[in-house]
Amino acid sequence: MSREELNSRKEIPIFKRSINLNIGILLVLIIMLPVIFPHFIATHNPTAVSFQDMLKAPSGEHFFGTDNYGRDIFSRVIWATRIDMTIGVLATIVPFIVGSLLGLLAGYYGKWVDNILMRILDIFMAFPFIVLVIAIVAILGPGIKNLYIAIWVVGWKYYARLVRSEVLVIKNSEFIQAAKVLGYTDARILFRHILPNVLSSSIVFAASDVVMCMITAASLSFLGLGVQPPTPEWGAIIAEGKAFISSAWWITVFPGMFFVIAGTGVSLIGDGLSDILRTKGR
Amino acid sequence: MSMLNYLLKRIIQIIPVLIIVSILIFFMIRLIPGDPALIRLGDKATPQMVENLRREMGLDKPIIVQYVIFMKNLLKLDLGDSLHYHVPIVDLLKKRMVVTLFLTAVTFIFSVVISFPLGFLSGIKENKIQDQIVRTAALIALSMPQFWVGLILMILFAVSINLFPVGGWGETWAQHLRAIILPAFTQSLMTAALLTRNLRNSVVDILKMDYVNFARSKGLDNKIVKSRYIIKNAMIFYITLISMRVAYMLGGSIIIETVFSLPGVGSLMISSIYTRDYAVIQGIVLIFALLVMSINILTDLAYTYLDPRVRLE
Repeated sequence: MSREELNSRKEIPIFKRSINLNIGILLVLIIMLPVIFPHFIATHNPTAVSFQDMLKAPSGEHFFGTDNYGRDIFSRVIWATRIDMTIGVLATIVPFIVGSLLGLLAGYYGKWVDNILMRILDIFMAFPFIVLVIAIVAILGPGIKNLYIAIWVVGWKYYARLVRSEVLVIKNSEFIQAAKVLGYTDARILFRHILPNVLSSSIVFAASDVVMCMITAASLSFLGLGVQPPTPEWGAIIAEGKAFISSAWWITVFPGMFFVIAGTGVSLIGDGLSDILRTKGR
Repeated sequence: MSMLNYLLKRIIQIIPVLIIVSILIFFMIRLIPGDPALIRLGDKATPQMVENLRREMGLDKPIIVQYVIFMKNLLKLDLGDSLHYHVPIVDLLKKRMVVTLFLTAVTFIFSVVISFPLGFLSGIKENKIQDQIVRTAALIALSMPQFWVGLILMILFAVSINLFPVGGWGETWAQHLRAIILPAFTQSLMTAALLTRNLRNSVVDILKMDYVNFARSKGLDNKIVKSRYIIKNAMIFYITLISMRVAYMLGGSIIIETVFSLPGVGSLMISSIYTRDYAVIQGIVLIFALLVMSINILTDLAYTYLDPRVRLE
């Protein structure tokens, strides 16, 4: 190709690069509808008790049936979408920022800063994620706020590790050494040169982390330690359904299906991002 | 350095971590608001009774002394008594450990049996239809919360048809086996999905390596190429991942045991949270930490054995 042709070759637009990404974004957009517009999609009031309608099977009026209080399951699942998605995102963001920052600093400055971080990481790595989260919630008491605190305290370790190892690799590369020779301040090197290059694996991990946090939150709510009644949350609704598993299967089945759709969408986005980010820099 | 040296070195590295972990766990319980003696006795206790119990539980001594007593007991393998069951915690844990370990073992077996062939198939047929199907299935499996999958399987196989019991542990070992199948299968799905993906990626990378082509061009039969070169190299990451997942399985047992009403350590932890049996919670968290750290050390050992390049460091 001639030089003009090479220079004017257009970049492939983002939406054509990875089919996984596209399907993922589509699914997440579908899930966002109940998050933003629950009022329009839900057919009934999610907390409205109605003793005449107890444990009714799915029908035209109650798409997902009713529970033992006569509440419409469809509406409860729709309203719960907002809560679950919010938890998934918020629970991931703080560890992402804090963990990445710590990993960045530890990897760059090395020596005792790095040593302390690694010791602390070792300690946290000694516990399975859920065990520590449950233990913290056990101490602080059940509830959404403590759930966030527990996940934040435990979740940063993954990002710190990821970013730190990437920083260690990049630290000795030529362009960083050049920047140092040029006399750039540490802050400038860290944030303008190193950070953009080390974040890709963290971003991909963050996608799976959102799903993990959603599962953790739903699991804790299932155990009664997370979101408290009467707030609708997929895990909590499933827990209510457990008692009626032989008589009213619909309480258990439908919230989970929403969960799988949301989770698959987010995971696909993560996969798509990893496809894109992998072919970009190398 | 020899394996024994390496093992000793790792154990010594672990000790400071262990100490800090024990301090953390010890203080974790003390941070809970409320006087443990008061909680134990309830509302009807007189101040005198509370004072007596405090002295008996050793709560009136300075916190450092309490910690020392805690550590001394720990080394004697005495975790104290359960506040709820009034038996030594170690006895309680012994019986429950059998259930949880059995669950973890069967989960492990299921995970390997599912992921090994699928991962290979997926890797060898890279990007063909078999690969796409397996990868999609793995992705969906990773987005399903375990407790929900367990309940769905329960509905399908235990409630509508009586193939497996609706939870519970059973009396005889035959019943134990029958009872553990659904829970173990449920728990294995997520791990199997991750292992399949991991194995697939390893195989894909290995197939591109020069030594595979070289082996084939030497005229070696494909079966030998597969077993000698591909499998051995793929095993390194596979085994590392499996052992990381075992730690996760221990945590996941908390949920699975609750869903299927299995009398294991996990369900004990949850019921202890509700009965405020803090001594038990403390003991369980400690045991988990110990198990995870041991598994990490074993993994490192296996890693050095499998990959000679690591040994030369």
